[in-house]
Amino acid sequence: MNPLEQYLELYRSHRDEIDANGAPVLNALRDDAFRRLEGMTLPARGDENFENIDPGAMLAPDYGINLRKAPIEFDPGMTFRCDVPLASQSVMMNVNDTFAAATDAYDSLPDGVDVGSLREFARLSPAEVAEYYGRIADPGNPVVALDTLLAQDGLYLRVRRGVRLERPLQLVNILTGTAPLMAVRRMLVIIEDEAECKLVACDHTQRDDLDMLALETVEIHVGRRARFDYCHIEESSRKTSRLSTLYLRQQEASSVNIDGMTLFNGTTRNEYHCRFEGENAGLRLYGMGIEDKERVISTYTHIDHAVPRCKSDELFKFTVDDSASGAFTGRIHVAPGAVGTEAYQANRNLVGSPEARMNSKPQLEIYNDDVKCSHGCAIGQLDPMQVFYMRTRGLTEAEARLLLRQAFMSDVIAAVDVPSLRDRLHMLAERRFAGMETACGRQCAAGKCNK
Amino acid sequence: MLKVTDLHAEINGREILRGINLEVRPGEVHAIMGPNGSGKSTLSMVLAGNPAYTPTSGSVEFYGKDLLAMEPEVRSHEGVFLGFQYPVEIPGVSMVNFMRAAVNAKREYFNQPPMTATEFLKMMREKRAVVELDNKLASRSVNEGFSGGEKKRNEIFQMAVLEPRLSILDETDSGLDIDALRVVAEGVNKLKTENNATIVITHYQRLLDYIRPDFVHILYKGRIVRTGGPELALELEERGYDWIKEENPE
Repeated sequence: MNPLEQYLELYRSHRDEIDANGAPVLNALRDDAFRRLEGMTLPARGDENFENIDPGAMLAPDYGINLRKAPIEFDPGMTFRCDVPLASQSVMMNVNDTFAAATDAYDSLPDGVDVGSLREFARLSPAEVAEYYGRIADPGNPVVALDTLLAQDGLYLRVRRGVRLERPLQLVNILTGTAPLMAVRRMLVIIEDEAECKLVACDHTQRDDLDMLALETVEIHVGRRARFDYCHIEESSRKTSRLSTLYLRQQEASSVNIDGMTLFNGTTRNEYHCRFEGENAGLRLYGMGIEDKERVISTYTHIDHAVPRCKSDELFKFTVDDSASGAFTGRIHVAPGAVGTEAYQANRNLVGSPEARMNSKPQLEIYNDDVKCSHGCAIGQLDPMQVFYMRTRGLTEAEARLLLRQAFMSDVIAAVDVPSLRDRLHMLAERRFAGMETACGRQCAAGKCNK
Repeated sequence: MLKVTDLHAEINGREILRGINLEVRPGEVHAIMGPNGSGKSTLSMVLAGNPAYTPTSGSVEFYGKDLLAMEPEVRSHEGVFLGFQYPVEIPGVSMVNFMRAAVNAKREYFNQPPMTATEFLKMMREKRAVVELDNKLASRSVNEGFSGGEKKRNEIFQMAVLEPRLSILDETDSGLDIDALRVVAEGVNKLKTENNATIVITHYQRLLDYIRPDFVHILYKGRIVRTGGPELALELEERGYDWIKEENPE
């Protein structure tokens, strides 16, 4: 059976409930998504750009979806503390697919920052949200269409013109429950002209014995001379699947940094669709994945240089060990009129065992002559001479390999623009490479981390 | 301290060492010279335990222990140091972290507690002075972006930190200008005591003006074909290697 069918059937039979617990702005796009999905099939492993991942199979199980938005017994303060403590402006949570801010989350925010539940903002300010909701996400992408069909809540962040947030906002996405569950969420970010904001988001799964799936569509609009930093960290579980699709539009002279850090995961698909729509804008898109056991990661990036004189800098690094598998597809498109483009893309990978697999497809399409572009990929093993050199100084082979793998990721982490987060990521990567089973450690009182 | 007996070794199935005999006692400086491809670097790699090289027969004793049976890191703990001809760049690993890991690994081997940060930094300062190594280099990634001279200086700095009983310096003079050569050689001389020994591997007599050897060995086709005093190096400098080749035909 087409795995989409169960979701279409769910929509047919529970449409009223979905709408009632959503918001009119969100509901308005569901019918279109439904019609599109009726004619679609989900990508399967082996399809182009899906070398190692099977969204159809990921969505096939009969997950529970909390369409009624039944409250979940969950006290963030008591049961969960994210292990990425920052000097953040405010900490917000998505518990499964429902936004839940800490009570004091907004106290210190300046005027001109709207942040909170997408559902609430869509109900309160429908015109403002409708102007951006679903505008850049591709409805022809079946995973996005499915998200649009079912999404009822998520994060809404709008920073008004000229407002600058110094300290980062922090969003904690938690998957929790007592049965296999699919969380359908949405993120809508609007950084208006000359505004500035940093957002750190991390994904956690509270129960590592249950199949969980996070389906997420992210839309980010960045205005003229605005600046946005978005760092996403995944620390979920081996039984967690993640299907995330991000769309970014940048206006003139805007500057965006995106970091996608996968420390612990099960099966992860991260897509980044980025487009410059104004000149002299810049994007740094970095990411890493530490994959072992049977973990799977698939990263797809598409950067569209649609206008002249923009600069993109892309770097993704992966380590794959045991029978883990990774895939990277990076596409850069430079339009005929986009003169003065600078686009650099690199993908580097360490493969640590004969069973581990890494696929890489760097792709550059350039349709004018006045550009500076490069792309490259490398898949290899640790340099035996480096290992030997370190051993002659007294380090064991395991210590040498640990240090070298940390070092391999160091430039990706060093680029993160939040110093306290950088230190944290170095530490988390170190623990990860040292073979710790959980990244959260003692500070996390929830579930697995407290064992 | 070191007793090499009829050592044979190969790499990728090709025999490079064909019966090396060498004995080194505490306080001695040995120079090993020889033309390209004679096996000088292979000998240093085999003594340090590079897994790419396979000893096929013969033995190496270090203070009575079987050196060839030890992992490279154990050889290091036991006091064998290799100064690399081509020091390896390790981007992303800072010299400070690297040396701290190295020092504490050795201390752990001898059941000593790890050095405190203060002790360690003090020690680093003292040792840096031995080779006039810039503090900035110590905070950078291992050998990354170092000039040829800085890399070699960094090797001697590491030697100073690890205080080996036997140092094998593989073509430490290659790529050095005369000032750097002097600094490196002075570093080696400062570290010399009656309890440690040095094997200097070199192409040229030049280094031996600074580091005075007690013995000079000529390695050719995987064997030590001649051993003498410092005068042998001078003779080589004058006559080249041709006479060695003529004396040792295929």
